[in-house]
Amino acid sequence: MENFAIHIHESYLYGLPLSVVNLIVMFGAAFVVLLGFVAPFAGLLSFIERRIAARIQCRIGPNRVGPQGLLQFLADGVKSLFKEDLIPKVADKPLFIIAPYLVFLGMFTSFVVLPFSSQWIVADLNVGILYLFATAAITVVGLVMAGWGSGSKWSMLGGMRSAAQIISYEIPTGLAALTAILLAGSLSLQEIIAAQGPHPWQWYFFDNPFTFIAFFILFVALVAEGNRAPFDLPEAETELVSGYNTEYSGMRFLFFFFAEWAHLYVLGAILTTLFLGGWQVPESLLASVGAESIAARILELVFFQLKIYVLVFLVVQLRWTVPRVRMDQMMDMCWKYLVPIGFFCVAGVAIWMMLFPDGVSFVKYLLIAFSSAMVLYYFYKVYRNFKDSRAELELNPFV
Amino acid sequence: MEGLQHYTPLLMIFGLGIVFAGLFLLLAYAFGPKNPTASKLDVYECGVPSMGSARERFSVKFFLVAMLFLLFDVEVVFLFPWAVLLKTFKEAGMGAAVFWPMFVFLAMLGLGLLYEWRRGGLDWD
Repeated sequence: MENFAIHIHESYLYGLPLSVVNLIVMFGAAFVVLLGFVAPFAGLLSFIERRIAARIQCRIGPNRVGPQGLLQFLADGVKSLFKEDLIPKVADKPLFIIAPYLVFLGMFTSFVVLPFSSQWIVADLNVGILYLFATAAITVVGLVMAGWGSGSKWSMLGGMRSAAQIISYEIPTGLAALTAILLAGSLSLQEIIAAQGPHPWQWYFFDNPFTFIAFFILFVALVAEGNRAPFDLPEAETELVSGYNTEYSGMRFLFFFFAEWAHLYVLGAILTTLFLGGWQVPESLLASVGAESIAARILELVFFQLKIYVLVFLVVQLRWTVPRVRMDQMMDMCWKYLVPIGFFCVAGVAIWMMLFPDGVSFVKYLLIAFSSAMVLYYFYKVYRNFKDSRAELELNPFV
Repeated sequence: MEGLQHYTPLLMIFGLGIVFAGLFLLLAYAFGPKNPTASKLDVYECGVPSMGSARERFSVKFFLVAMLFLLFDVEVVFLFPWAVLLKTFKEAGMGAAVFWPMFVFLAMLGLGLLYEWRRGGLDWD
């Protein structure tokens, strides 16, 4: 980032002071991240999710706008531009107006610290993970504001539920993240990735049984924090109409959904960074394109994205596979299962570090074998389901 | 002030986010129809005219959750500095000095959670 600014300064803008060039470059980077990446990703994800949902339900899904319906999200976005922006008479106007902003900002600003490659990061904060949790908390404030500000009974219930849910699940999230922090000895996302390696046995996921469990705790807790099914009680259609966004229309409504899909990406990024080795690429592969070249950076970006997309796909599939849980089940799951197990994992990792500072390769390979068996079983189940349904829809993505 | 320049992109992206969101809302305001009627401005309540206010008393369980969150989140925050430094202390040969005090803290946390559980503080119904 800094080097790039100096390069730009020396080559093109030498008339300006370096600090100004720095600012311009940073602004440009932020702009690229925003417009070139976050917005299309959230949009495309909405398309992909609808498409996967359709295939799981033996339908075809959106396929009219653009090639294979790829431009559906643009059509939806333009459509919501032409919708009337209604504010209910009983609404608390300032809260009602600010709420979508806060939800949007909470999601959007978390992209600043995500490490896309060893050098492509907008700001490598030394408090990276804490910052991510802090931005998630901004979203809660937005949701409660939306629920309270709407003045509708459904919104109120949805807002309260989402507040209770998100703040509860923040604790298992923190505990599970602690296990990776313990091993890396840093809060900076780049340093946590650098402390891991490109190969699975160097990932924190397989480092010891406690981090293995912590990964699943973090996965469940992050899905719950994003108000995603099976934890989408705040917007449960069957009981709360649409929860906190019942009264929103047009663009403001879109912001809530934008935030939901952007959260999916952040979810994948957090899990990848903490447990799956982030952008790490095997050295031989890196050397073949030149470790300092731009191709190496792109390779790292691709590895990072691939891991994220696998996780995102899992979450999307989860939504259409598992029924919604009840409120008391959800709170029980957090406080009676995830939190105690989370404490157990933190203590376990600390003990493991004291006993085996260099790790135990036998345990690592055992964990890898176990998860490979799990993945194989998963594919077997998917294969069986294909055979029992309209296979021509599911196996051919271009129907 | 030395480390603060790392936070400039944050400020920018906050600003950019607000501008971006505001721009779209402005566009929606410019293009969208403005044709409010009484029933459009009413809140949705199963299709009938809404009765009473939504801002009434709600279940006390939510307050309990908020309190539990405050307690445990503060305790988890105390764990963060320890988690960051344990590795450093371990490599310096002083691992036990940092490890045991936090273990007592973790045990107390666990006991607190157990107490809460036994008193029914974690039951939703």
